[in-house]
Amino acid sequence: MKKEIELEAEVKVEICQSVQDLQMSFIRGSDLFGYVGIEAVLDQMRSKMMKAGVEFNIMVVGQSGLGKSTLVNTLFKSKVSRKSCTPNYEETISKTVKLHSVSHVIEEKGVKMKLTVTDTPGFGDNINNENCWEPIVKYINEQYEKYLIEELNVNRKRRIPDSRVHSCIYFLPATGHRLRPIDIEFMKRLGNIVSIVPVIAKADTLTIEERLEFKERIRQDLTTNGICVYPLKEYDEDPEERILNNRIRDNIPFAVVGTDKEHQVNGNKVLGRKTKWGIIEVENVAHCEFVNLRDLLIRSHLQDLKDVTHNIHYETYRVQRLNQSNVNFSELGLSTWLLENGSGEKYESESHL
Amino acid sequence: MASTDVARQPDNGVRPLSLAGHVGFDSLPDQLVNKSTYQGFCFNILCIGETGIGKSTLMDTLFNTNFENFESSHFEPQVKLRAQTYDLQESNVRLRLTVVNTVGFGDQMNKQESYQPVVDYIDRQFESYLQEELKIKRSLHNYHDSRVHACLYFISPSGHSLKSLDLVTMKKLDSKVNIIPVIAKADTISKSELHKFKIKIMSELVSNGVQIYQFPLDDETVAKVNTTMNGHLPFAVVGSTEEVSVGNKMVKARQYPWGVVQVENENHCDFIKLREMLICVNMEDLREQTHTRHYELYRRCKLEEMGFKDTDPECKPVSLQQTYEAKRQEFLVELQKREDEMRQMFVQRVKEKEAELKEAERELQSRFEQLKRLHADEKAALEEKKRLLDDDQSSFGKRRAAAQLLQAQSLTANGKKDKDRKNSGFM
Repeated sequence: MKKEIELEAEVKVEICQSVQDLQMSFIRGSDLFGYVGIEAVLDQMRSKMMKAGVEFNIMVVGQSGLGKSTLVNTLFKSKVSRKSCTPNYEETISKTVKLHSVSHVIEEKGVKMKLTVTDTPGFGDNINNENCWEPIVKYINEQYEKYLIEELNVNRKRRIPDSRVHSCIYFLPATGHRLRPIDIEFMKRLGNIVSIVPVIAKADTLTIEERLEFKERIRQDLTTNGICVYPLKEYDEDPEERILNNRIRDNIPFAVVGTDKEHQVNGNKVLGRKTKWGIIEVENVAHCEFVNLRDLLIRSHLQDLKDVTHNIHYETYRVQRLNQSNVNFSELGLSTWLLENGSGEKYESESHL
Repeated sequence: MASTDVARQPDNGVRPLSLAGHVGFDSLPDQLVNKSTYQGFCFNILCIGETGIGKSTLMDTLFNTNFENFESSHFEPQVKLRAQTYDLQESNVRLRLTVVNTVGFGDQMNKQESYQPVVDYIDRQFESYLQEELKIKRSLHNYHDSRVHACLYFISPSGHSLKSLDLVTMKKLDSKVNIIPVIAKADTISKSELHKFKIKIMSELVSNGVQIYQFPLDDETVAKVNTTMNGHLPFAVVGSTEEVSVGNKMVKARQYPWGVVQVENENHCDFIKLREMLICVNMEDLREQTHTRHYELYRRCKLEEMGFKDTDPECKPVSLQQTYEAKRQEFLVELQKREDEMRQMFVQRVKEKEAELKEAERELQSRFEQLKRLHADEKAALEEKKRLLDDDQSSFGKRRAAAQLLQAQSLTANGKKDKDRKNSGFM
């Protein structure tokens, strides 16, 4: 811990506005060299996170038979999907859209994650699919509501259990044409409340040229209909991130293939689908874009997905909900409550009433 | 309408799974760290101590920079707090540091209210965070957190025990902020005295029930270090920004005729330990404790004060919204009552005023009548007088006329006689 590194400490001008009626100072300074140790806070954060663990909730939406469960199993390299967990599972098409959630705890290199996968069997399977997104919207809002209630409690837990859906993977069938009406309707409605990641399922039925054309048409359709998918353009924070996200945006939706079987290719064991005309390697970038999806969801943007859900989607829900029930704390005179010590100042008297 | 049917496996059915390969979410802490590095950190320290005890110097020494604090006078009538914010950067970590100093602490004759401004300041920061959190449109992730994360309490090196001012202040602050007591100007105490002093201080704190900040012991990586450090509290520190050459190096030190006290020498003082504990090992924990313990306590007390509870009198869980609605109804009913009251009062006042005015009108009317009568009487009297006068005048006139006639008659008679005489005279 006693690193003797010569580091620069710059002292810049700072105007602090948050502290009232206290003397403020502006400092324009030069630097002094020497070790302070502020960097160590990064390690502290890391170890705290590893101790506390992480919650991640994913939802998969798509017609039956598109390979949702297989893909989720491939993503997390274990049997996380509902099918694998429920014993005596029978493949039936249900009349209504039901949602099933399963939770698992997985650990890798000291990082614990509680992963919850929510499946939506019955979506888009009926003849009349009107309003099939409603149970899903209801479920997502229920999770936000649970979190909101806990947050508004007087005695609240140290860590509010987070069951909000962090990302929703929407499976598009590989038709090769355009987005279908059900796709457009669903993504329009859900794009505002959750981060949608569209993927092209069973992409091994498309050739590379067909795939590129299909993706281009889908992107056009998305812009024409004003659908926001993750990563959202407005929330790019710095130029680096913008470049990275632009690259991702040029590539969505990802064309994926899922499998949990392994085969031998050139002496290596790889995950792949074996067909008469060859083996499709799932983790080969030239074959399909599974790796890109995995990197997006897990390796590079997992924290960002959680942050977007918390800071943007949850806050939107909260504003809407509080406005709905006309809860405005300043109306009740929260601001006119004197501090215990009777200073008698009305701080927010301008915003009050 | 399609129904939602969420079948969740019960929590004890959350089973651990083993992974068949490398998934990659072990990079999650790095993702979090990168994000936080981009946003920057903020840390707020409050320094409480008497004037001249070395607070500013210690801050300068801790953060290796010159915060340009000027000396305050000893004649402040009241304790004030002065807060300054700086942006520091070390390699790629940006820290927004706010140092709050007390001005005039311990200088007044009557120190009974000395702790009050400090408690008020801390409460104000909690209050503004609570306000932000309860806003409808809020931006918590952009919010500049000004809550005090650590409080360095400077104990003066008397060598005996804590002053009563120290005890009272620390007792008031221990439930609001993480207190880290330090012995200032430790180069005035000898080693043996220092040992006894530390023991005395800690036993006094314990016997008075003051909860100072304990370095956390639950994380194995730092538990060992923290346990040893917990035994060295309070840290005896020496601060200096001047450099003296010792051997062939320039070190921060204080030079005396009898020797040189090196700030970064563990044998001389506990400065290194303080820096390790405060910044390198526990900064994140200090921030977390402030948020999860002190702030939550403040929030709970504040909300309960306003009447919000989690359970109503029958011990059924009540959501904040229900309580809010109930309160709002109460408030509206109260408003309505007050409005009615005011209206009633207004009507009553109007009636009273009307009655008054009517009374005045009547009075005026009667006076008018009275005056009119008086006036008529006087007029009659005057007319009577005028008649009399007229009578007099007319009778006088008559008499005068009669007298004149008589005179005229007598004159003519005399004139005739005279004429006759005259006439006769001439003959």
